[in-house]
Amino acid sequence: MKARAFSYFRAATIDQALDAHARAGDDARFIAGGQSLVPALSLRLQAPRLLIDITHIDELRGVRREGGYLRIGALTRHCEMLTEASIAESAPLLHVAAPFVAHPAIRNRGTIGGSVALADPASEFPAMTLALDAEIEIVGPSGRRRVKADDFFIDLFETALQPGELIAAIHVPLFRADQRFAFDELARRRGDYALVGCGIMATCQGSRIEDIRISFFSVGNTPTRVKGAERALIGARLDVERIAAAQRALECDLAPPEGDEVPPAMRLHLARVLLGRLLGRLGEGA
Amino acid sequence: MSAPLISLDRPNSYIGRSLPRPNAKRLLAGRGRYVSDLHLPRMLHAAFLRSPHAHAKIVSINTDAARAVEGVHLVATGPDLAKICTPWIGTLDHFKGMTSSPQLPLPLDRVVWSGQAVVAVVAESRAIAEDALELIEVNYEELPVVVDVDGAREVGSPLVNPGSANNVCFRSQLDNGAVDDAFAKASHVVEEEFSFGRHTAVTLEPRAIVADYDPAAGMLTVHHATQTPYQFQDLYSRHYGIPEARVRVIATDIGGSFGMKLHVYHEDMAVVGLSILLGRPVKYVADRIESFVSDIHARDHRVRARMALDARGGILAMDVVDLTAIGAFSTYPRTSVVEGNQVIRLIGAPYCFRNYRATLEVIFQNKVQTSQYRAVGHPIACAVTERLLDMAASKVGLDPFAIRAQNVIADDAYPHTSPTGYRFEALSHQACLKRLHEIMDYDSLRAEQADLRKRGVYRGIGIATFVEITNPSPAFYGVGGARISSQDGAIVSLTPSGEVRCLISVTEQGQGTESIIGQIVADQLGLAQERIKVITGDTEVTPHGGATWACRGAGIGGETALQSARALKRNILEIAALVLQEQPSALDIVDGEVVDASTRNQRMPISEIARIVYFRSDTLPPGTQAQLTVSHHFAPQGYPFAFTNGIQGCLLDVDVETGFVKLLKHFIVEDCGRVINPMLVDEQLRGGIVQGLGAALFEECRYSETGQLVNGSLADYLVPMPMEMPDIVIAHVETPTADTELGAKGVGEAGTAAASACVLNAVNDALAPLGATINSIPITPARVLKALKRF
Repeated sequence: MKARAFSYFRAATIDQALDAHARAGDDARFIAGGQSLVPALSLRLQAPRLLIDITHIDELRGVRREGGYLRIGALTRHCEMLTEASIAESAPLLHVAAPFVAHPAIRNRGTIGGSVALADPASEFPAMTLALDAEIEIVGPSGRRRVKADDFFIDLFETALQPGELIAAIHVPLFRADQRFAFDELARRRGDYALVGCGIMATCQGSRIEDIRISFFSVGNTPTRVKGAERALIGARLDVERIAAAQRALECDLAPPEGDEVPPAMRLHLARVLLGRLLGRLGEGA
Repeated sequence: MSAPLISLDRPNSYIGRSLPRPNAKRLLAGRGRYVSDLHLPRMLHAAFLRSPHAHAKIVSINTDAARAVEGVHLVATGPDLAKICTPWIGTLDHFKGMTSSPQLPLPLDRVVWSGQAVVAVVAESRAIAEDALELIEVNYEELPVVVDVDGAREVGSPLVNPGSANNVCFRSQLDNGAVDDAFAKASHVVEEEFSFGRHTAVTLEPRAIVADYDPAAGMLTVHHATQTPYQFQDLYSRHYGIPEARVRVIATDIGGSFGMKLHVYHEDMAVVGLSILLGRPVKYVADRIESFVSDIHARDHRVRARMALDARGGILAMDVVDLTAIGAFSTYPRTSVVEGNQVIRLIGAPYCFRNYRATLEVIFQNKVQTSQYRAVGHPIACAVTERLLDMAASKVGLDPFAIRAQNVIADDAYPHTSPTGYRFEALSHQACLKRLHEIMDYDSLRAEQADLRKRGVYRGIGIATFVEITNPSPAFYGVGGARISSQDGAIVSLTPSGEVRCLISVTEQGQGTESIIGQIVADQLGLAQERIKVITGDTEVTPHGGATWACRGAGIGGETALQSARALKRNILEIAALVLQEQPSALDIVDGEVVDASTRNQRMPISEIARIVYFRSDTLPPGTQAQLTVSHHFAPQGYPFAFTNGIQGCLLDVDVETGFVKLLKHFIVEDCGRVINPMLVDEQLRGGIVQGLGAALFEECRYSETGQLVNGSLADYLVPMPMEMPDIVIAHVETPTADTELGAKGVGEAGTAAASACVLNAVNDALAPLGATINSIPITPARVLKALKRF
């Protein structure tokens, strides 16, 4: 299929991009890597009048440390999660998750801003912003604001972004020596959307867990933190009983939807298995 | 005069050599010429509006707004094309009692599957055509949908074809008697019900066609990504009433076909009609989403089967019922019942037993048509047979190798007739079993498996013996009244510079047909392969033949090339003998030089013979009429099919917590008779195995209760990918057929035939200690976890 005809505008600044969006009466879409939007256009699932190319806006680029956070520009591509030293050092969870994001051709174009803005519940990076307690920097007609990842994902493909707003950057708290992390997913084939995936960030005192954030993807309408499981672990040592308690807590934390191939009970089972394996690795200091 | 085919130590000995494909570099460099690459002057583009319903009456169609779109040249519905195209019916005479409704390019008043093309728009561009599609209003009245095979067979079920008595397309029964007696006296009986999902070919290049009707010349030219240009020349000619000699079908470069590109598709027939209506070239290329709902699907069987054995594990009898659902029509012109027919005839084929009974029932339903796809029926027959045999082995207390060794037809017991009536010239099961045992290092694998189980790793080892049907004679389609040739033709010429052109009716889809034809011609003529040009796939240029399907390219096309090359060589040597004043029998050709047959001394280059014949015929003796172009046809004779055989092995781990299966290694020992190009044979085996592994673990067209395909995209329909594929170890046994000089049989489907059976056996082997069994393909994590009662 071929996309319906649309106009194209390449913005040089954020202001130009926002202005173009407003002038198109919001019948416009921002495009960066286009790895989800272009197929949607080709399938005529979306047919905006105007595409606003934001890939030439310098302000949306770059990765730097800033006030206890790593500021990752929205245009940072998935492949850069693998190659950028400051990400490997200060946001290692993103670094280890990146190879699981689709295939090299997609990682070469797809951007973190686009991935978080789309908020596909099966995507790796949106869920990792939750595990990382990241903040999303948003610019729009009414100015600039930062929204915690916990408050950003609202429902299926619905986020705190208002019409005409753009993600400028993702701010990730700098990784500390007393933290541990783990990531894995269960996908039928390498690069596929996972049946279940999970990322964990834990702050530890010796072998005791001071704080932990566990975020799942492919388990519901949004990336999902499992607070019951987190509570079962905070303040405790990671032993077999605690891991089992966290796995049990998933029953309340998760309510997987009916799937065509994966029934809810199976997804819950896989989530338990994955959580058990990841906590096991975390306990080994993974 | 011809050197033995197997001697590799002589000049130009190309048969049996691994040589790269001459066309590989061209394709790799992006110089392939696929239908999508064609841009003809005045060419228009077609797009199709498809039915959103699996079964509905078309009440009305309003195309006014679509016609008004700038750049739209034609909007056509069923009646428009029915005026110029006669209907087709997908039945063959030798399938007694089979039925199927007449089909037209676009439906007149009823849609019978979701995704069926309903209206065609032809416009300046595909995008404009799609814009216009959005403006077409079709008013449907939904009808009851027939989706699952049980519902379709119930009395009082809604009917796919109103007016018919039921939803049965075809029934067939085989029974050579005494089956009930055999079961009654058996020491062991094993029984299982198997299900095999629908899947589809997913060729890299989708279906593509450019039809170009020239009203001034009354000539139709169709550039068509097809395996079978002659079949389509015949069909376009007869259904559109154009004399055959004025229909030209050109099969350009093709990006994979696997049997999918030899059936009549409604869109393709429509595009020919649209070009006739407009008098302009019209292009249509299916996109991936369209391919999923309009390319043929395959398999979709439910088989209940049982096997009776004596106390020692000898097979006494088998009893089988195969139910298969094929969509709303039987496919034209090869039908949709060949697969089921081959399932019931191939079950038990490798083994020596007498009593067999099978029932086949082929059912209509409101889904896209199924039909022949790589290894037609073989994977089903193989999985059923091989799984039952493993179940029997465990019951009797035999190792899987041992029970097979005990039951296979002995290598010295040929010719042999199977209980289903297939006649085997010579197979090599015993040699293959022995070789597989060696290359797997089977005993070590079993020891390692036992160790791993102690550590909670569930490793599975599976093997599967198979028989493959190749080199079909007219017994396959011709006897049923289909105008599908089982012979091939070649025209071989010596050019004025002493090179050779070979025009041949077999076709190339990426498997290397042109390479092996070039090797055979070069070998037989005594020329360097670089001096042979092979031309295929143009009905205006190449002689009429069967083309490429059912593993016939090497066996039948190869023999055609061999005999043509020998005929040309005789003619060249006749002229050489005149010039050199020798007897032709005293001469031979080596590396492009005429030599003394006994001394190998060079006498003259064949380019000199060509020069004399073409430019100085006055210097030849009076009355000489040199024939440096030879046309030759070859039709298979002797056995109706050249059966091949082999055995596969599979090593895998099952993660019993997630249900994931990890393939570790795959093995095959295969006997396709004379191997012409070992590298290409191995590529065929690897590709075929990977397709079989896809079927085993990943591929399944899933439908909703309302007949909607729910996973019709490459994000949701999983094809095998490199990361999940294991290394494949290949070994050969060579038993050439004596029906041809070349001795080659087919190999294209051998890998697919047994790969899924092998995985099924390996997974069950892994799960055995847990008391779980799997009887469905594909083996998904959900099915494994269900079997293990993990959720």
